[in-house]
Amino acid sequence: MALENISRRAVLMGMGAGALVLALGIPARAQEEEQKFGADAMPHGWRDDPRIFVSISPEGVVTVTVHRSEMGQGVRTSMAMVLADELEADWAQVRVAQAPGDEPTFGNQDTDGSRSLRHFFGPMRRAGAAARQMLREAAAAEWGVPMDEVTAENHVLRHEGSGQEAGYGEMAARAAELEVPEREGIVLKTPDQFRYIGKDDLELIDNPAIVMGTTIYGIDARVDGMLYAVVARPPVLGGRVASYDDSAALEIPGVERVIAIDSPDLPSGFQPLGGVAVVATNTWAAMRGRDALQIEWEDGEHGSYDSEAYRATLEEAARSTDGAVIRNQGDALAALAEAPRRFEAEYYIPHLAQAPMEPPMALARVENGRAEIWACVQAPQVTRVRVAEKLGLQPEDVTVNVTLLGGGFGRKSKPDFVLEAAVLAQEMGQPVKMVWTREDDLHHSFFHTVSVERLEAGLDENGRCTAWLHRTAAPTIGSIFAPDPGQKLPFELGMGLTNMPLDIPNVRAENPQAQAHARIGWYRSVSNIPHAFAIQSFIDELAREAGRDPRDYLLEVIGPAREVDLAEQGDVWNYGEDPGRYPLDTGRLRRVIETATEAANWGREMPERTGLGVAAHYSFVSYVAVVAEVEVSDTGEVRIPRVDIAIDCGPHVNPDRIRSQMEGAVIMGTGQALTTQITFAEGRVQQDNFDSYVVPRMDTSPREIHVHLVGGEDPDQPLGGVGEPGLPPVMPAITNAIFAATGQRIRALPVGDQLRT
Amino acid sequence: MDLTVNGEARTFGGDPDMPLLWYLRDELGLTGTKFGCGAALCGACLVHVDGVPSFSCITPMAVADGAEVTTIEGLSSDGSHPVQVAWRELNVAQCGYCQSGQMMQAAALLAETPEPTDEDIDAVMSQNICRCGTYPRIRAAIKRASGQEDA
Ligand code: FES
Ligand code: FES
Repeated sequence: MALENISRRAVLMGMGAGALVLALGIPARAQEEEQKFGADAMPHGWRDDPRIFVSISPEGVVTVTVHRSEMGQGVRTSMAMVLADELEADWAQVRVAQAPGDEPTFGNQDTDGSRSLRHFFGPMRRAGAAARQMLREAAAAEWGVPMDEVTAENHVLRHEGSGQEAGYGEMAARAAELEVPEREGIVLKTPDQFRYIGKDDLELIDNPAIVMGTTIYGIDARVDGMLYAVVARPPVLGGRVASYDDSAALEIPGVERVIAIDSPDLPSGFQPLGGVAVVATNTWAAMRGRDALQIEWEDGEHGSYDSEAYRATLEEAARSTDGAVIRNQGDALAALAEAPRRFEAEYYIPHLAQAPMEPPMALARVENGRAEIWACVQAPQVTRVRVAEKLGLQPEDVTVNVTLLGGGFGRKSKPDFVLEAAVLAQEMGQPVKMVWTREDDLHHSFFHTVSVERLEAGLDENGRCTAWLHRTAAPTIGSIFAPDPGQKLPFELGMGLTNMPLDIPNVRAENPQAQAHARIGWYRSVSNIPHAFAIQSFIDELAREAGRDPRDYLLEVIGPAREVDLAEQGDVWNYGEDPGRYPLDTGRLRRVIETATEAANWGREMPERTGLGVAAHYSFVSYVAVVAEVEVSDTGEVRIPRVDIAIDCGPHVNPDRIRSQMEGAVIMGTGQALTTQITFAEGRVQQDNFDSYVVPRMDTSPREIHVHLVGGEDPDQPLGGVGEPGLPPVMPAITNAIFAATGQRIRALPVGDQLRT
Repeated sequence: MDLTVNGEARTFGGDPDMPLLWYLRDELGLTGTKFGCGAALCGACLVHVDGVPSFSCITPMAVADGAEVTTIEGLSSDGSHPVQVAWRELNVAQCGYCQSGQMMQAAALLAETPEPTDEDIDAVMSQNICRCGTYPRIRAAIKRASGQEDA
C-alpha cells in the first residue's frame, strides 16, 4: 500500500466526490469568535467541516483526511480514531488520506508544539458527528421516517420501527447533497459512548504497510525521469564557496551536472545554505561525485566558533549583572543578601541535533509554471509558500504532498532541504530527489541552542528556600530570522522560566546577552531542556544541602495545590493557550510526582552505587514527573535498570500513543543525559555520524520503562500536549539519581566520561 | 553481476562499488530498505544476504554477485512472519522508519536463536538504532515472536 495523498487519489464516489471540490469554494466557517488562543491563534486556525475531512465510498470505505504530519506520534491513527468514533464508523473500514499543504482548506498544519490533538480533537469530533448526522438525515429522507428515529451505529443505519437498515456506503451519496448541520446543533457523544477514544486496543493505521516495507517516506517518493542530488554545503554558518573544481566529479559515470547554489546572507531563515550540488542518475553516483569535488570555502564571521570557548563566554554572561530582568517577584537580591545560607550553581547544556532516523529528503518536479513536491515536512503550508517565493510562483501553483516522516523532532519544520530540491529541479528541467546523508544532517541541522543556566538560592534556618535567582544565557531561535537580538524570545522564556511554578517569595530571572554562531532551531521540547535541567538539578542540590529527602523537598518548594498567576510572573505565552482554560495547576504537578515516586517505591533502601532521582516539569500544558533508577559501576559506567514516568495531559485520547511517546522521550533523554551532544571547532560541527553523535541503543537504554497515565477523569478538561513534555524531566532525573548513587553532581550534559575513574 | 532478490533473478551492469542499498532502492524501486547512516552504524538498511544479516549500505554490488538477497518486502508474502505479526500486535512502530531493519535483524536473530535471552537480544539488536525509542517494544515483540512470555 502506498501512502495516499488526496491530491492524487482517484475520484471517490459518494460523499467525498464533490465535497473536496466544493470545499474550496465555500468560505471556511471557522473563527467566528475573536481569535486569541489555541488553534484560533494559529495561522489559518481550524476547520471542522466534514466535507473537508471525510469521504465515504459506495462500498462504505470511510476515508479520513489527516492534515497533520505523521512523524511517529501516531497522529494519523489518533485523528482518524477521533473522527471515526463520532461517526460511529467500523475501524476496519477506515482509511486515512494525507492532506497536501493547504491551510486555507484544512486549517493550521504546523505539526509542532505538541498540539495536533490539543487543537483538533474538538474539530475532528464535530466533523465526525456532523457526518453521522448527515447520514441519518439521508436515511430518514430515503425511508420517509423522522430522523430522530434513525440510529447510526458501527457503520449501520437503522430504523427500528420499519426494520429498515442500510450501510453507510449506501447513504453516502445522498448525505453528500445535504447541508452540513449548524455547529450548535451537532450532538457529540458522551464519554461512556466512546468506541475508540480513550481505549487501548486500536492498531496503528499504518502498521500493515510498515511491516511490509511499503510505506512512503520522503526518501521513498519516486516519479518518472527523476534524478538524484546531493549538495556540498559551506561547513560554517554564513560561509560560501570561494572556488571549486568539478572536473573529477563530472568524470564519474552517472553524474549529469554540477550546479553552484548561492549562499544566502545572514540571517538566512529557512533558506538553503548554498554550496555545490551534484546531480546524477542515482544516489551513489551523486555521492561519489560530491566526494570528487574540490572546493575552497570562505568561512565568514562564524569561522572561529568553538563551543568549548563559547561555554566560557556564556558563563561570563551568566555571571554578569546587567542582563534584562525578565521576571521579578518580591526582592530576590535583598533576600539573597540576607539569607543565612546561600548556594549557587551553573549548568551547561550543549547543542543537539534532532537527527531523525530519516534525514531530510525531498523530491521536486517543476514544469509548466507549476511545482509539485513530495517531502517529509512538518509544516507543509510554510513549505508551499517558501517554494513559491523561491521559484517565483504563486502558492496555488505549488502542490506539497506530505509523505510519512521518518522522525521529525523539529528538524523537518524547516523546509531548507525542500527549497534545494525545488531550485535544482527547476534548473535541471527534470524532477530531482534531494538526498541528505547523515553527515549532512548533523552538520547542517537547525541546532538546539547551547545554554549556561546560573542559579542562586537563599535558604532560611529551616532549609526553606526564600530567594531564587536564575540567569539564562543562550542563543535564541530568533537569530535565524532577524539580526541577532542576543536575547531569548518570550516563547523561549515561557518554556519553564517565566512560568516556573515554585512557591518562593522572592524570585528574579535575568537574560543576559548571548550571540548565535550556528543555526538555532526547534528541537523536541526546545528551551524546556536547559530550564528543566537546571531548575530540577538545583532543587535536588538544595534538598541535599538542607538535609531533606529530594522528593519531599521538591513537593515543598512547589508548594500547596494552587493555580499559578502566570501574568503576574511575567509569562505572556502559556503555550498559546488561554490561561483561564489552561491554568497552571500545581496540584497536577504534585500528583504526577506522587504517582511516579510511589510507583518507583521511592525511599527504599538502595544498594551501593545505585540511586533514585526525581524531577518534574510543566510544559506544553502537560505535567510530567520522572523517577530514574541508576547503577554506576566502579569504572563509572551508568546503567539505568528502570524509569517511571507519570504524565497528566488531561483526557487520554489514545493511551497507547501517549505511552509510546513517553517511552521514546525517556530513551531520547537518556542519550541527552549520558552521551549525546554537538560540538563546534573552527565553526564546524565535530560529529559526523552515529559513531560520534552517540544516541541510545537497546543496550544503553533503560531496561524497563513504566508509564503512568494520570488525570483525565474530567472529560471536559482541555487536552495537553504529549509529543514533547516527556523529555525535559528525564535528564535531571537521571543526573539526580547519579548523585544519589555516587555523591557526584553532574552540572554539565552529557555525563560523557565525567564519572570515569 | 547476477543475483536473486526476493526470489527473482536480477542482473546489474553498473558500478560494482555501488552499495546494494542504492541498487535495491534506486534501480529496483524496493524502497522498504532504508538509509540512515551509510556506514554500518544504524541498521536501517539491513537485509539478508544468503541468509546472513548484512548492512546493505556497505555491501558493494561486487560482493552481492551470485547472492540471494532478501529484503523486508520479501520477508513474507503476506505479512505472516512471526516478527511482523508481533510487531503489529504490540504497535511497536512510532515513525516506522527504522523498523524494516529492526524486523530483518530480529528475523535473523530468531532464525539463529529461536528463544533468545535478554542478553542475546541486546547483543544483536543494539546494532540497530531507533531514534524514536521503540526498544522496549522491540524487545517485547521479539519475545512474543519467539513464543516466550513477555517480561
Ligand atoms: S544505513 Fe546501513 S547501517 Fe545505517
Ligand atoms: S520508529 Fe522511528 S526511528 Fe524507529
